[in-house]
Amino acid sequence: MAKTHVTMKVNGAEVEGLVEPRTLLVHFIRENLQLTGTHIGCETTHCGACTVDIDGMSVKSCTMFAVQADGSDIMTIEGVANADGTLSALQEGFRMMHGLQCGFCTPGMIIRAQRLLQENPQPSEQEIRMGISGNICRCTGYQNIVRAIQYAAAKINGVEFKEAAE
Amino acid sequence: MIPGPFDYHRPASVADAVKLLTDFGDDARALAGGHSLVPMMKLRLAAPTHLVDLHGIAGLKGIRRDGHSIVIGAMTTQHELLASDEIATTLPILQETALLIADPQVRYRGTIGGNVANGDPGNDMPALMLTLGATYRLEGPSGAREVAASEFYQGAYFTALEPGEILTAVSIPIPPTGHGYAYEKLKRKVGDYATAAAAVVLTMAGGKVASCAIGLTNLHETPLLAVDAAKAVIGTSLDAVSLKKAAAAAEAIMSPAADARGPVEYRKHVGGIMVTRALQRAAARAK
Repeated sequence: MAKTHVTMKVNGAEVEGLVEPRTLLVHFIRENLQLTGTHIGCETTHCGACTVDIDGMSVKSCTMFAVQADGSDIMTIEGVANADGTLSALQEGFRMMHGLQCGFCTPGMIIRAQRLLQENPQPSEQEIRMGISGNICRCTGYQNIVRAIQYAAAKINGVEFKEAAE
Repeated sequence: MIPGPFDYHRPASVADAVKLLTDFGDDARALAGGHSLVPMMKLRLAAPTHLVDLHGIAGLKGIRRDGHSIVIGAMTTQHELLASDEIATTLPILQETALLIADPQVRYRGTIGGNVANGDPGNDMPALMLTLGATYRLEGPSGAREVAASEFYQGAYFTALEPGEILTAVSIPIPPTGHGYAYEKLKRKVGDYATAAAAVVLTMAGGKVASCAIGLTNLHETPLLAVDAAKAVIGTSLDAVSLKKAAAAAEAIMSPAADARGPVEYRKHVGGIMVTRALQRAAARAK
């Protein structure tokens, strides 16, 4: 099969590669770019582990072809940390609130939550739960993931994080 | 899971897309948001050898008012519908429904055109389009034509689309100010297709139903307009007897498949409940 040349910006760096049209974006990211933080979970558009941010949208990268991302601006989990290497507010939130156990879903969760907080900087608990409804976690029961996102929202908004009374 | 090989085409105009689809015939498929087709390709349940991606056609996106209708470009995403002030004002039922489709990631990519054109009985927008009296613009090798949504669906995945044709826009008459609306969807989990769902758009006058349309999702191989059910409530105050009659009239035309979502009798039963709830909620919203 003839290969197509694609170029895109990934985590701020221009990258390029040769792909078959049928190459899924997640395979291009993991195998061509060797950015293996983006995970492949279900491969059927359900679990959200492969979520990346493309031109301001949260997208399941197993359900898009790499050729379709030609010319786009992508962020993966590898691009999330602050420029000085410290953890972003969300990364810190997941750490402080124990928002992960096995960690498999975490890259997708953080990438998705980052877009959610950009669109809605002060989400209610319900809005957080709906906002991450395309990301499945089989360990945590979501409770601490929600707390992690609340922690990050508070930090971004410059207010003290207060846990809701149980 | 890797799809079969194909040639990728990204035309810049509807005319070019129609030409590609016409030239390659059954070997080609149009690609909109891709969240139905790409999973099918990964499972090798679909194996087009030419994929015609419609994302390069600028004119297929957008929401505009055209007289008493709202015209929505086929490539407008569910996410864009949810963000639109125009839709919030004139067609809020579209937003209520879009929020019940899949999950946020899918809604960033999934399009209204793909949702209505695919012919999947599980898709939510088609029944809504019947309820709202929408028409679809189809463009193909012999020009453009308008087809009523009520004439479009012929069977599961069988539609009025002719070879080489693309659904390019949806035109929806704006319901009267103060109309009541509701989309009630029973599903097993976020992201699932409906076990049963019902759309209602109605107007009330003096505490009685003045006009009413009811659509049904995933209760037949095509979306359904429950005409007799709607007739059963017009002129009533949606008292218990009228609601019961409407649910029974709706159940009478349902023929859902028995699948993991439940046996036929169950799905018809909950279908009737969805109709009842949608009627009540729509009436409560009507001014």
